[in-house]
Amino acid sequence: MPAMKFRGVDYLQFDTLLSDDERLVRDTARQFIEDNLIPIIEECNRAGRFPRELVKPMAELGFFGASLQGYGCAGMSNVEYGLVTQEMERGDSGVRSFVSVQSALVMYPIYTFGSDEQKEKWLPALQKGEKLGCFGLTEPDFGSNPGGMRTRAKKVGNEYVLNGEKMWITSGTIADVAVIWAKVEDEGDRVRGFLVETDRPGFKAEDIHGKWSLRASVTSGLSLQDVHIPETNLLPKSGGLKSPLMCLNQARYGIAWGAVGAAMACYDCALQYSLLRKQFRDQPIASHQLIQDKLAWMISEITKAQLLILQVGRLKDAGKVEHYHISMAKRNNVWMALECARLSRDILGANGVADDYPIMRHMMNLESVKTYEGTHDIHTLIIGSHVTGIDAF
Amino acid sequence: MKILVCMKQVPQKDAPLKLNESGAWIREDVSYEVNEPDAYALEEALRQKEKHGGEVVVITSGPTRAGQVLREALAKGADRAIHLEDNAFVGLDAFNTARAFAEAIKDEKFDLIFTGLQSDDYGYAQTGVVLAELLGWPHATIIMQIEKTDGGIQVKRELEAGYFQFVDMPLPAVLTIQSGINKLRYATLIGIKQAKNKPLRKVTLAEVQAVLGPNLQKIEKLYVPQKTKNTEFLQGPAAEVAKQLVEKLRNEVRVL
Repeated sequence: MPAMKFRGVDYLQFDTLLSDDERLVRDTARQFIEDNLIPIIEECNRAGRFPRELVKPMAELGFFGASLQGYGCAGMSNVEYGLVTQEMERGDSGVRSFVSVQSALVMYPIYTFGSDEQKEKWLPALQKGEKLGCFGLTEPDFGSNPGGMRTRAKKVGNEYVLNGEKMWITSGTIADVAVIWAKVEDEGDRVRGFLVETDRPGFKAEDIHGKWSLRASVTSGLSLQDVHIPETNLLPKSGGLKSPLMCLNQARYGIAWGAVGAAMACYDCALQYSLLRKQFRDQPIASHQLIQDKLAWMISEITKAQLLILQVGRLKDAGKVEHYHISMAKRNNVWMALECARLSRDILGANGVADDYPIMRHMMNLESVKTYEGTHDIHTLIIGSHVTGIDAF
Repeated sequence: MKILVCMKQVPQKDAPLKLNESGAWIREDVSYEVNEPDAYALEEALRQKEKHGGEVVVITSGPTRAGQVLREALAKGADRAIHLEDNAFVGLDAFNTARAFAEAIKDEKFDLIFTGLQSDDYGYAQTGVVLAELLGWPHATIIMQIEKTDGGIQVKRELEAGYFQFVDMPLPAVLTIQSGINKLRYATLIGIKQAKNKPLRKVTLAEVQAVLGPNLQKIEKLYVPQKTKNTEFLQGPAAEVAKQLVEKLRNEVRVL
């Protein structure tokens, strides 16, 4: 069990900006994570084990596809959904990544671009956690520039034949269905989405080993060699690179909330530690100016990040959010969380590197979070492009 | 079975508390949560309903913020809620709270009323018992288990030193429920959405005022325990010091 119990972080009466329902959703998710993930997460992280036993309980609470309507989904608002991801990532970025992929990158594209048959077939099963999904966009040679992808789909009779490689795919080897993005040869290389059942001949997934981040979630490489799928597996309403980017927008939004959760976990741990740890004249290190400087920086940045993502969430609920709003929130909040993890590690001294405390785990996780779903630098360029009207990429 | 569960909103267990200006209670600006034994009472009621059918109704008294415990109960599966909504309810003693509840439910016909064993803030452990008396119903306290029988129910009470007591009771009855007797469920996200459409009846202070009397129990003063550390050094020859020490241990500390 962790050395310090999480007490929540609310400097500026942030809770008064939330509705009763929003608070109830947040508190429910917080309690669930505290009871079910916190006691096992350090063991999972050490062993590099995804806590699969939590899939069913998370599904029962409605964590998968929480912001979608119908198909057994909870129909949460975007702010409520965000608060859930915040609490998940307060637990662990890897577990939050799993939920983000299942919800924002698998259920959302089926919901948005899928046919009625596809929705009926997949969404209830994905919501219940009976089926798991993964999202294949990134390739070994194409990360920030997905438009360069080499994966191809060729129409042959009433089938598509897919060939290509996908890399850094969360949940790849545990997925029952993969949302694969490929250029369609007969459509002038237009990017479209396909549902590929992972037991089809020619589909292979292998885990990436030796990663020092997101160790409690599965990350895989996918290989598709002459994988035949019926033409009904094409996501009919997908068209162009805009479609996968819409999915990423969903996921990035959740990440910007999640990062606040990770930062809260680090800050709260460092604050409690600094009040207990005594050095020099038997005084708690919290009485030292340099420690207070770090704590003051962190609580200020966390508070700003909360307000930023809440406003983005409110815009999203009002249907007014733009992708560059989400870029700002993702870029700022993940950077902020990583800095908080580093400052917190500093405050804990040598104890900060041990997994008696969650800080080093969060720090290592956040290195991935900073890079995936649009790197920090790419989001800089998206903001730059919006304010200047000039693309720098 | 139709079951009423009395629930209370109390300050969060880990919340840092500050005294209010009168020094007789705490400041309002703390985080609140459901009183823990009440959460177990609700869980037990939901389980009884799952086994035997019926209805679970939840009731609380307190200001607007106290509605949160009702919303949470509805999200977990309670069918409807009653909120005695007024700031004044916070200051009522157990007798008056019980009188207010009895008045608010006078048109209802419950088979069972559950309360938590006691509240985490006042800790009276009285409201349920007094409510039973006011209604003229039998009651049993510190309940760990409830089985339906032909004539009523059999309950398991926790006594001291590891002893239990099994009691057969007729219905209707009031039971005060012990913490930890079952595993609490979480509100599901869908449950939270559906709770919005469940009936919530609000009862004003005016509606129950006629049955209330002056509080018979009052908190005079609340304070943080003072640290009173007093060290005295005994000096002199060893034999003399030993004599003084024995004297002090016998007459001041009274351990000899």
